[in-house]
Amino acid sequence: MNLTIFLLALFDGISYAALVFIVALGLTLIFGVMRILNVAHGSLYAIGAYATASLTSYVLALGFAPVLAFPLMLVSAVLVGVLLGGPIEWLLLRRIYNKPEVLQLLVTFAVFMILEDVQRLVWGTQPYFQASALQALGNVTVFGVTYTVYQLILLPVLAVTLLLGLRFFLRHTVIGKLILATTEDREAAQSIGIDADRVFLFTFVVGAVLAGLGGALASPTTSILPGMGADMIVLSFAVIATAGLGQIEGAAITALLIGLGRSFAVYVWPEVAVLVPYLIMVLVLLVRPEGLFGSPVARKI
Amino acid sequence: MKKLFVTTALCAALPFGAFAQDKPDTLKVGMTTFLTGSASVFGVPARDAMDLMVASLNEAGGINGVPVEVIYIDEGAGAEALTSEFRRVSGEAEVMLSAISSGNCQTLAPLAEDLQVPNLMWDCGTQRIFEENDYKYVFRTQANATAEMMAAVVYLLKMKPDFQTIAVVNQDYAWGRDSWDIFSTALKAMKPEVEVLGEFFPKFGSPDFSTEISRLQALRPDVILSTSWGGDLDTFVQQAFQRGLMNSSTFVLPLAESSLERLGSSLPAGHVVGARGDHYFLHPERRDDEDFKTFVSDFKESTGSIPIYSVFHAAQALEAMKAAYARAIEENGTDWPTEDQLLAAFEGLEFQAYGRPITLREDNQGIEAQLMGMSVQTGDYPFATLEDIMIFDGAQLLPPVGETSIEWIKGLDASFPDSVEAASYDN
Repeated sequence: MNLTIFLLALFDGISYAALVFIVALGLTLIFGVMRILNVAHGSLYAIGAYATASLTSYVLALGFAPVLAFPLMLVSAVLVGVLLGGPIEWLLLRRIYNKPEVLQLLVTFAVFMILEDVQRLVWGTQPYFQASALQALGNVTVFGVTYTVYQLILLPVLAVTLLLGLRFFLRHTVIGKLILATTEDREAAQSIGIDADRVFLFTFVVGAVLAGLGGALASPTTSILPGMGADMIVLSFAVIATAGLGQIEGAAITALLIGLGRSFAVYVWPEVAVLVPYLIMVLVLLVRPEGLFGSPVARKI
Repeated sequence: MKKLFVTTALCAALPFGAFAQDKPDTLKVGMTTFLTGSASVFGVPARDAMDLMVASLNEAGGINGVPVEVIYIDEGAGAEALTSEFRRVSGEAEVMLSAISSGNCQTLAPLAEDLQVPNLMWDCGTQRIFEENDYKYVFRTQANATAEMMAAVVYLLKMKPDFQTIAVVNQDYAWGRDSWDIFSTALKAMKPEVEVLGEFFPKFGSPDFSTEISRLQALRPDVILSTSWGGDLDTFVQQAFQRGLMNSSTFVLPLAESSLERLGSSLPAGHVVGARGDHYFLHPERRDDEDFKTFVSDFKESTGSIPIYSVFHAAQALEAMKAAYARAIEENGTDWPTEDQLLAAFEGLEFQAYGRPITLREDNQGIEAQLMGMSVQTGDYPFATLEDIMIFDGAQLLPPVGETSIEWIKGLDASFPDSVEAASYDN
């Protein structure tokens, strides 16, 4: 393997990891704070992608410039977070925080199944493709290989920004500190006057927005079709389980590990590329069952 | 007591009623098709077409005065649900049409034989079924993977005889692997000097081919084959187009006819497009025929899309069924055929839907012409259409009855492409 191929594989791995990380970020944030593994995260991802494609197609058909696709991604993500994430937490999850974990998992899984069918009802079964945002940024050629600026530069930059932004938000803002305090000890936080219900609602909406944003960002690069949510939830779960549930920085490193593993496999041994994320997960969990960056914790109940 | 006696007598009389083959009130037909899952890109249009065709058939009096009713079974529900539904529906249906997925055909063909219900395999590609077993109740109303892949190889060799290198990007499941097996074996037999630079089998339903595309850009093969379909094919072609890979390599896409409309302007000129048969909404030999024009425009009007190959395959199954009933009724001089008479009518049956006429061989395999073309953006449609079209005679692309495909292909040589009869059309 020469240096060129090494660098090419590196680029591919980074841009893939960026997208996976953005989705995994919301999942791990929700788990970290609320101790709920939100399977419906995959649906929110898919709906974010569908909503972006529909909104963008509609707005561009009115004759606006393709650059408008970028703010529309944010709009879709926020819509998904507020219109779907909000009610899910408020109407469903709030009732089951004290119930066994299995039940919580089943409830979010049920929501996932319902939302899968909702997608089919609203958008049908034919694949959508809306790549205006990606085309608007053009291409860049590295070592004779053409990349899209969108995947090579924009996605990784956004992923790093989100990571640093979330870190800053959690550690240096009042709301962030409230979230951390609630995560640490919910009852103690409540006893000093923190409204834990609102903190949970807010966290869940932020997590849902991140899922929607992941979908929105993925939408220009791929066919949007039924089932895309299921694939993503499996992959992002692999990422956060490997990292240690609730570990934000860990998720970033694991996403990178999995992204690079997969892209190097395509160059070296394409047959195993599909397996790589799960191989990494198995190897890590065999040695450290709590994940790379997790610490063993007492069970919640 | 009297009531019980009457009921018993009625029940006892039932088999005799059936034996006399009175015309049924309705002819029930069971059809398995994908209504959910990624293959619904084929299944849903096929069902829509079936509804449309059956409605107009019933309006015209049905089959010998008997209206047809289709009961749909979702192939996307999983193998277990599918087989139990197939059993249930075959209890009331006279004919079954199944399936789209090759895996499902492999499961359902023996089941149909066990249940003794005539089954038309209307869309699945696997060539193995009739090569590995003999069937009495199972027929295929279209070609199979061998004819489809051979058409792609022959067209490629006729159009681009000088290419030296090839790479493949297929879905990682039976069809992706089997089709490459046939294609590469044929290439080795007919043009042994071609070098295979890379074989990629990304996971089925993969949302991202970026790494494969980078690798292909570094490898620079003359030809890139992909037998993928649906969302996978759309994503692969879109990503390849966005990154300029389609300028440096010729793509061979044997199933791209089904993606033309969705790909829009992302499929540039000069790439090989196939249709799993002679299926094309602008079929050069059929496009001026009244029935073809009406069908295409009706389908467009009711669904908003152009008909794709799965739609034409559904039409073929229905036409085969109509033709078999008509033949059985005529040859036996009855009002309604028995099952044996119907099965006999399928043997060597000739019928025509919206392509060239199709014949069923003695091994129950359909002989269907194959259409291949080169993509072109003319501006007449907001998507790519075809030029330099060739239509191959289907019989020459299949191994003789009793031979297996791979063995037959291994025995071919460089002279084969020239020996295949091809009708050429500019567009």
